[in-house]
Amino acid sequence: MALLRVSNLEVDFDTPEGLVKAVNGMNFEVAEGETLAIVGESGSGKSQMVLSFMGLLAENGHARGEALFHDKDLLKMNPRDLNRIRGKHIAMIFQDPMTSLNPFLTIEKQMAEVVMHHQGLGREEARSHAVEMLRAVRIPDPEERIKQYPHEYSGGMRQRVMIAIGLLCEPELLIADEPSTALDVTVQAQIIELVSELRKQTHMALILITHDLAAVAEIADRIVVMYAGEAVETGSVDDIFYRPQHPYTRGLLASVPRLDRESDDELQAIPGNPPNLLDLPVGCRFRDRCVEAVEQCRQRPPLWVTQDGRSSRCVLPVEGGEILEEPAAVEQTA
Amino acid sequence: MRQEGLLRHATTRLLGLVPTLLILITIAFFLIRMAPGGPFDGEKVLPPEIRANLDANYHLDEPLLQQYFRYLGQIITGDFGPSFQYKDWTVNELIAQGFPVSATIGGLAMLLAFVLGTLIGTLAALRQNSAVDYSVMGVAMLGISIPNFVVAPLLILVVAVYAGWLPAGGWDWSWQRMVLPVITLALPVIAYIARLTRGSMIEVLHSNYIRTARAKGLPELLVIRRHALKPAILPVISYMGPATAALITGSVVIERIYSIPGLGSYFVQGALNRDYTLVMGVVVFYGVVIVVLNFIVDLLYAWLNPRIRYDVT
Amino acid sequence: MNSEIKTSNEDLSVSDPFAAAFVEEDVRGRSLWVDAWHRLRKNRAAVVSGVIMAFMLLLVVFGPMVLPWEADFTDWDNTSTPPSLETAHWFGTDAVGRDILVRTLEGGRISLLVGLVATLVSLVIGVTYGAVAGYYGGLTDRVMMRIVDIVYALPFMFFVILLMVVFGRHIILIFVAIGAVNWLDMARIVRGQTLSLKNTEFVEAARACGVTHNSIIRRHIIPNLLGVVIVYVTLTIPQVILVESFLSFLGLGVQEPMSSWGALVNDGAQDMESAPWTLVFPATFLTVTLYCFNYIGDGMRDALDPKDHL
Repeated sequence: MALLRVSNLEVDFDTPEGLVKAVNGMNFEVAEGETLAIVGESGSGKSQMVLSFMGLLAENGHARGEALFHDKDLLKMNPRDLNRIRGKHIAMIFQDPMTSLNPFLTIEKQMAEVVMHHQGLGREEARSHAVEMLRAVRIPDPEERIKQYPHEYSGGMRQRVMIAIGLLCEPELLIADEPSTALDVTVQAQIIELVSELRKQTHMALILITHDLAAVAEIADRIVVMYAGEAVETGSVDDIFYRPQHPYTRGLLASVPRLDRESDDELQAIPGNPPNLLDLPVGCRFRDRCVEAVEQCRQRPPLWVTQDGRSSRCVLPVEGGEILEEPAAVEQTA
Repeated sequence: MRQEGLLRHATTRLLGLVPTLLILITIAFFLIRMAPGGPFDGEKVLPPEIRANLDANYHLDEPLLQQYFRYLGQIITGDFGPSFQYKDWTVNELIAQGFPVSATIGGLAMLLAFVLGTLIGTLAALRQNSAVDYSVMGVAMLGISIPNFVVAPLLILVVAVYAGWLPAGGWDWSWQRMVLPVITLALPVIAYIARLTRGSMIEVLHSNYIRTARAKGLPELLVIRRHALKPAILPVISYMGPATAALITGSVVIERIYSIPGLGSYFVQGALNRDYTLVMGVVVFYGVVIVVLNFIVDLLYAWLNPRIRYDVT
Repeated sequence: MNSEIKTSNEDLSVSDPFAAAFVEEDVRGRSLWVDAWHRLRKNRAAVVSGVIMAFMLLLVVFGPMVLPWEADFTDWDNTSTPPSLETAHWFGTDAVGRDILVRTLEGGRISLLVGLVATLVSLVIGVTYGAVAGYYGGLTDRVMMRIVDIVYALPFMFFVILLMVVFGRHIILIFVAIGAVNWLDMARIVRGQTLSLKNTEFVEAARACGVTHNSIIRRHIIPNLLGVVIVYVTLTIPQVILVESFLSFLGLGVQEPMSSWGALVNDGAQDMESAPWTLVFPATFLTVTLYCFNYIGDGMRDALDPKDHL
């Protein structure tokens, strides 16, 4: 059974320049205990998508569609009910650990408040629980360090604290939005590894958002590839890495260094830029950058789906798949 | 460690105040001695021997530099000398009489301004770009623009003369006589603090750590109170120094309009009558008050902001 | 004073990368001034204020020429009369029968003149001081800014009053006195801007070509400071007008027969119980002017310097 089922999710922003369509009809599921990676270039809408059902969009952002968590729609929930889920059943860690912790409060306060609020623990209990959690994310000398302020921590250490805060209530789902991007290269791997390891211990589900396909190869169960605000391809890690269907996925893979490839194979970046979100093209959004584009791509491409949960939105057929959504000649994205 | 740093910081800052005060005294002293005519060039011409006597009495016959150092020495011992105009009064006595009145009004006004200003600013920030926000900020701009000495007579006219709810002026330490002066004095400061708080609160509410706090599932009220209020109020704390100066300046005109026997009234009287020692005394005294309050505000800011480190090199 | 938290009224949310990215992209093409002009024109409060001030200026300059009364003419048949069309005293008269409208307009001339000239004085001092400190840097800068810090801590209004007492109440002195104590903000801002400008390529290029210090300051630094300077000029004018009216209200400003809005408010406050119009009209003119200038200054700042709100 799906823990989280997102369907037809749309997010847009009112800006002085017009309506920016950040997410356009996302569909995906996360099963209990599963690790789902959402991969896409920056600006593909992956962050805004998760922020939307966490109720964390900026004021000029609007979300439509459905995000069912245990069959309850997060998007239609009132703030009070949403607050019973955020931080307790779904936790989130963010891209920039340098600014994501409150510089005016000690680590202890920022950790203790979560369990005090959600589990009604007293100050002392909350504190010792927080110390244990800091130990779990391998912060040395946690009894002392918990009294410190964020500025006394390094970037990597702050992200560990963020992870510890996320795990305090043993959530069923952890959302990590580019948790290692802002960190040093050496620290990046440690953080991803830590998240993956803790996930195994706690059996929670994990949504890992990243622009780096290579980073998720080891730890993800399934991958959603996002482009211009929609999922262009979904599949297991093996499917995506060894049998990519969508030209965009293949393009992404070609830009990733891999051990199983000849070393003289050159890495290739996908030429061109993603479409303007203020004025999305009718038809396939990847068309202008696609080496395999044909006349048919001027129509909205069909959505292929297989029995084992693969999907691809492209005119190219998927082996063993059937068309769930017919191509449409004139498409109104609004 | 932090405590130690704070203490060292305080000491350094305290020593830094000395040149400030010295310059203040020096400028004031020489400025006023440049004035054509002295305190005894009044209505009637005094006989020369009496005049010489008076001058000798007040050391006006000494070279200027000697007078200056004499005055410095006096001030260090906390003695501002006798008043030229109010015979039989020393400047210290006048200050001791006027300052409690001024400080009461100023202190109450500051309190009112801080509480109301941050409250209004926060509300406007939470309702950003709504009708409430726009009207509150429009009124705040009016509060900044409309001078004290326009508000005061209008308030007297409406509240005291037409409605008769409160006395129009005078002073007897009763709350009825404090209401109008305190409101008048606080008004522009309320408006300024409200604008300041709104701006910083909006910025803080858009910060990443507030997003983190919301992601934790804390109720919005708690997010604001625990996570947003302190950083949003810091700029207001920095403004408290200039605000004190503004209140003291404002009190000069407020005290005159409401006929309040505060230090400001003495200052204006002294200035109009060329009462050197009194004017000097008040300027130096208020200079000290402002400098000391700035120092306290600075410490308060440092204490509230854990990011400030005191790496004394 | 430390202010690590910069305040900002920006409507665009910081945590919205999409909106921010799009706005930025669009702006890059246009020049700073064209762009600033567009933003200013979108600010309705600033535009309305600008129109009102233009009208006020015309009224103050030409009004007294057109109106049938002289400012010091005493109409003994109409003393303390309320505003009326019949007597042709539209704003009424004061206790000695002088026309309030003409007096208000002529007072406005003085108030606005003081506002402009004293601002100019503070501008010249502040820009020179700040540009020199920022340009030479090092010890010169440290000493000069330390002096500014010290003077900043002084109760400056008291010094204006002292200056007025010491040097008498001549109008030229009012300009100088107010200007002389109001240049600190300007100096600080100009210094900061100069520091950041100093190391830009075009200044370095000029220096490499052997251009002298003085002409680098004059030809390169000062023209590039124009934006901030304009903003602060519009913000300083109402402050200066306020200081002048404050002095005049205390009886330390302009002297009879000259008058300013502050002096008129003072006169009006004496008679307000019997003749409130003598207070209300000059007070309204003064407040409207300050209100409008503040909005124009705000708008200018948002338009020219959208990052740095305070």
